[in-house]
Amino acid sequence: MSGPGEGVGMNDSPAAVLDRAVHDLIFCGVGGQGIVLASKIVAATALAAGCPVKTAETIGMAQRGGSVTSHVRIGRAAHAPLVPLGSASAIIAFEPAEAVRCLPYLAPGRGAVVVSRRAVPPVTAALTRSEYDGSEMLGYLRECGERVIVVDGDVVCATCGSPKVLNTALLGAAAEAGVLGFSTDEIEATIRRTLPERFVEMNVQALALGAGYTRGDSE
Amino acid sequence: MGNHAIAAGAIRAGVGVVTGYPGTPSSEILETVVKRNPGDIYAEWSVNEKVALEVAAGAAYAGVRSMVTMKQVGLNVASDPLMSLAYIGVKGGMVVVVADDPGPISSQTEQDTRTFAGYAKLPVFDPVSPGEAFEMIQDAFELSERLGTPVLFRPTTRVCHGYAPIEVGERTREPGAGVFEKGSRWVIFPRLSYANHKAIEERLPVLAEELSSYRFNAVEEVRGGALEHDPARAVTRGIATGGVSYAYAREALSMLGADCRILKVGTPHPFPVDLAERFLRGLDEVLVLEELDPVIERELLMVAAERRIPVTVLGKRSGHTERAGESTVESVAAATAALLGVDAPVVPTCSSAPQPPARPPVLCAGCPHRASFHAVKRAMRGTKAVFSGDIGCYTLGNAAPLEMVDTCLCMGAGVTIAQGLERAEPDATHFAFIGDSTFFHTGIPGVVNAVYNGTDIVLVVLDNSTTAMTGHQTHPGLGRTAQGEVAERIAIAPVLEALGVSHVETCDPLRLEEAEAAVKRAVEAGGVSAVIFESPCIAVTAPGPMHAIDQDLCTDCQVCIQRLGCPAIMRAGGVVSIDTSLCYGCSICAQVCPTGAIGVAR
Repeated sequence: MSGPGEGVGMNDSPAAVLDRAVHDLIFCGVGGQGIVLASKIVAATALAAGCPVKTAETIGMAQRGGSVTSHVRIGRAAHAPLVPLGSASAIIAFEPAEAVRCLPYLAPGRGAVVVSRRAVPPVTAALTRSEYDGSEMLGYLRECGERVIVVDGDVVCATCGSPKVLNTALLGAAAEAGVLGFSTDEIEATIRRTLPERFVEMNVQALALGAGYTRGDSE
Repeated sequence: MGNHAIAAGAIRAGVGVVTGYPGTPSSEILETVVKRNPGDIYAEWSVNEKVALEVAAGAAYAGVRSMVTMKQVGLNVASDPLMSLAYIGVKGGMVVVVADDPGPISSQTEQDTRTFAGYAKLPVFDPVSPGEAFEMIQDAFELSERLGTPVLFRPTTRVCHGYAPIEVGERTREPGAGVFEKGSRWVIFPRLSYANHKAIEERLPVLAEELSSYRFNAVEEVRGGALEHDPARAVTRGIATGGVSYAYAREALSMLGADCRILKVGTPHPFPVDLAERFLRGLDEVLVLEELDPVIERELLMVAAERRIPVTVLGKRSGHTERAGESTVESVAAATAALLGVDAPVVPTCSSAPQPPARPPVLCAGCPHRASFHAVKRAMRGTKAVFSGDIGCYTLGNAAPLEMVDTCLCMGAGVTIAQGLERAEPDATHFAFIGDSTFFHTGIPGVVNAVYNGTDIVLVVLDNSTTAMTGHQTHPGLGRTAQGEVAERIAIAPVLEALGVSHVETCDPLRLEEAEAAVKRAVEAGGVSAVIFESPCIAVTAPGPMHAIDQDLCTDCQVCIQRLGCPAIMRAGGVVSIDTSLCYGCSICAQVCPTGAIGVAR
């Protein structure tokens, strides 16, 4: 496991890191975007690597187009099911405003926000004739002083031929940035192991394209 | 998931009959039993929680281990049989799993099943985590069978929907068939009730003593934020907690690197009094961390008073913790820091951040309920009408722009609230919206009542062929059981006709004009009349053709947006468009567009 978990020394054995450190992740977006699946892929990767993991997610009424947050906590020292504010290594946001909403979870100066560029306007915005396009949110994220990686999900989805691969693209960007706790190879192995075969190649492609946004070679 | 763990634990303990009614956050327990069924377990979605509890009780009468699952408000429906069953008892172990929802995240109330356990005089288990839930449910079966009493098991949302790895292992017992042994113990009469009441009251203190050494009740010592078995340093402050709050307390103590004694309560009723005394001795101040009711707090105050222990108990009654809502790591850390006289962890603030747009839950794009509500709204435009709603996805019809749910109380109440409103305000038309699963749950007696008492209402059944809100469980109108077997389909229209409803009409709400005309006919018919809007939930049917807006014809009048509030229709840069990733092809936007600009995408 890698990443900026608290108290991790460079020379610690993986077991010692697990005992002391907690690697927290927040996945957020709008109900129906594939948020829960993304957190499950990371949790499955953690289990395969022998790391204890806890996740908590929103189910029920709030899922219907509302804000959805999934908490993932990796490491033996994690007690609570929810991530404490200020401790997440990564905010993996499927939507710019949801990234801003969850920003207080980020460990200041020690993590990254991976965010999909595309805004999902709430029905209330259209009804009140107020336009929301996410640009103000992205502008704020870029200036907030934290590391921010913007992924153009529309481009990734169009390239991969499926509107459902935004989640793996975001995972690719976060893994490449070193804040997910796992490499793109480890995530790819989970995708190959757990997803139905017909979805594997498009998701592996999206993972690679997402990683490109972190390196700066996807646009 | 915690719910998977509860199911796996029950299967391991040899459960033979599992019943329930769906309700967040409990629904996945029964679904998991169905999925993991080795083939000898009977599982059913019952029509409601009262029925579910009685079916499970019957099995337990015959010595088969049974489990019934529901959410906290379901226990209100099941409380009649449960209160009596507490007196009668069972032969096979019977666990009543009731999932509480602090927050509430997806519920009408924040009622606390631990309090209910005290009222019903039944033991209750309160697990901290999915792993503990797996172990505890097996203990619950053992205790139930040994004492011959039903036992409550109360996980909360964060336990039910939290994921953690567990080792399931082999079954410790097979379900097997039961034998019902006839005898007077199964027939509740006043004299038996008196005798059994007395026996229960005598048993509870004995059980409380026994539970003081139960493996999931414990006094723990934390030094420097971590557990220590035989600490050198003494402390004068302690935290009493249970359920998921224990996890928050451990997290807070770890963050603060603090010294503290912890009382962990896994069985809030009967309260492990002797263990609590051991915890309290030597402490000056105790903070109680628990969600919902101050159950542990009251018990500790009683222990301190009865056993003359000079200690201050802080919590909800003293204003040190919140009385309503869900705990967070931050709220628990702040209360813990205040108890210990240290600084609370600094929480980052983003004061300069722009306000993200509000994002309340909405009916899905393509949801047939949107069409049904719109059709009724159009039919009743300019008239005096009240729209009583019920529990389900369609409660979201309350939101703008539909604004078609004027009341919502509890399962089945729309049909009956409408009758009271009709008696109070007879010059208005009183509508009652009810979903298909809710109709079978508690809707039918309300319809009987309206017909029998001659109370004019217009019943609108929103039949989307599933129990949508809780994750698409089966119900009697579908012709399929929980175990996937073909069943006799109970159609709603003939039920209503048989009950004497004067006018019953079934139609497709996605054909707006026909739907509107059907509503008008039902209103004109008078008496108790009904329209059944039949159109499947988008989650259980294939999408229709994608729609698009012809920008040459669109005048930006926004009628589609302002009338329907569909999440797939948006406006950006002065242009109204349809999001093809959300559109489900229901076509109602095309039907309301005054300029004919919306049609099937080419």
